[in-house]
Amino acid sequence: MDIKVLGTGCANCKNTIALIDQVSKSHGVSITLQKVEDLRDIMGYGIMSTPGVVIDGKVVHAGGVPSRDTVEQWFVAAGAA
Amino acid sequence: MNKLSTPIKPWPLRRPSAFLALAAVAWLALYQLLIPASEVLVASLPVDRASHLGGALQFFFYDTPKVLMLLTGVVFVMGMINSYFTPERTRALLAGRTEGVANVMAASLGVVTPFCSCSAVPLFIGFVQAGVPLGVTFSFLISAPMVNEVALTLLFGLFGWKVALLYLGLGLCVAIVAGWVIGRLKMEAYLEDWVRDMPRTSAAFEASGMALADRVQGGFNAVRDIVGKVWPYILAGIALGALIHGYVPEDFMASFMGKDAWWSVPLAVVMGVPMYTNAAGVIPIVQALLAKGAALGTVLAFMMSVIALSLPEMIILRKVLKVRLIATFVAVVASGILLVGYVFNTVL
Repeated sequence: MDIKVLGTGCANCKNTIALIDQVSKSHGVSITLQKVEDLRDIMGYGIMSTPGVVIDGKVVHAGGVPSRDTVEQWFVAAGAA
Repeated sequence: MNKLSTPIKPWPLRRPSAFLALAAVAWLALYQLLIPASEVLVASLPVDRASHLGGALQFFFYDTPKVLMLLTGVVFVMGMINSYFTPERTRALLAGRTEGVANVMAASLGVVTPFCSCSAVPLFIGFVQAGVPLGVTFSFLISAPMVNEVALTLLFGLFGWKVALLYLGLGLCVAIVAGWVIGRLKMEAYLEDWVRDMPRTSAAFEASGMALADRVQGGFNAVRDIVGKVWPYILAGIALGALIHGYVPEDFMASFMGKDAWWSVPLAVVMGVPMYTNAAGVIPIVQALLAKGAALGTVLAFMMSVIALSLPEMIILRKVLKVRLIATFVAVVASGILLVGYVFNTVL
């Protein structure tokens, strides 16, 4: 899975990355995790509140650190597909 | 904590309305107990209630749970209200409106729309892209950090409802008028070129049905996020306030932050700009200044300038605004804050 975290670099963005990294490891899903900090690129995804999360080119979350349950659902959905 | 099976919801989320009613009753009952409880606590200590230390301790034992309870309650309710006002919805409400009434709406929506401070710039661009007028966008951006639930709760808890209400009214006025002035100045040309050239987006908004349980969950999240972060500041601030309450002579600050020194208001604004903190960090300072005899207008001006005009935020805004627009923004907002300071000092 190709995951991008969109954010200008505040604590919430760092927490989001750490959470995704942690959950993906505990589920044994291999991912590429990338941080997008450039405002132009962030705006290109059409979100207004950061941190945002993009999985395989699709915005799945915006505005705050996602809950652990939400992150787990992404990986469960990916495993089933 | 590996939950692969469907997690069982805790009961507040299964019976949200029952939980809300019960929580409200419990909260009110507990709140009534605060004064007697603090007196009992002080009486049980080997300290004379009438002494300086006794007074300081009673203040601390009463104020700490009071402010924390108020904050938890208000943040919870605001967390639920916030779930009605996502940034996308706010943008849709404001898009394409003409100035005037829209400035008032934008400033009011700034109070209830949630966003983390690092989203200010994406939000700004998102609004402008969808056709929200520049001045209206600024009204929103000024009021959102300045008039927030934490600031209002702390002001209410520590200084009473009159000060809280005045702060709310004046904060909204500064945001509305400053935004309107910036709109009148027609400064769209001073957006950075790449922002102006971005394709227009529609402000379409799909309402997502949200159950009451989800909103309750939003309230819990807000409490965990906000109260979890600010409680040490509040404790420190109240401890400081308690000491001052017990010991420091009343007119210590009056000579240089009092009403008589005309230059104290501009000085307070200039001092506030390089400080970067949020409402929770600045209100304990405000409390200490006031207790030492500083004038209310001067102190409110200081507080507004710390929250609304921070240097780091200017640096971030520089990515999307040209220097001239930032300078105008600072000048207009600073004038508004100065006016608030002088008006307060004259009226009260």
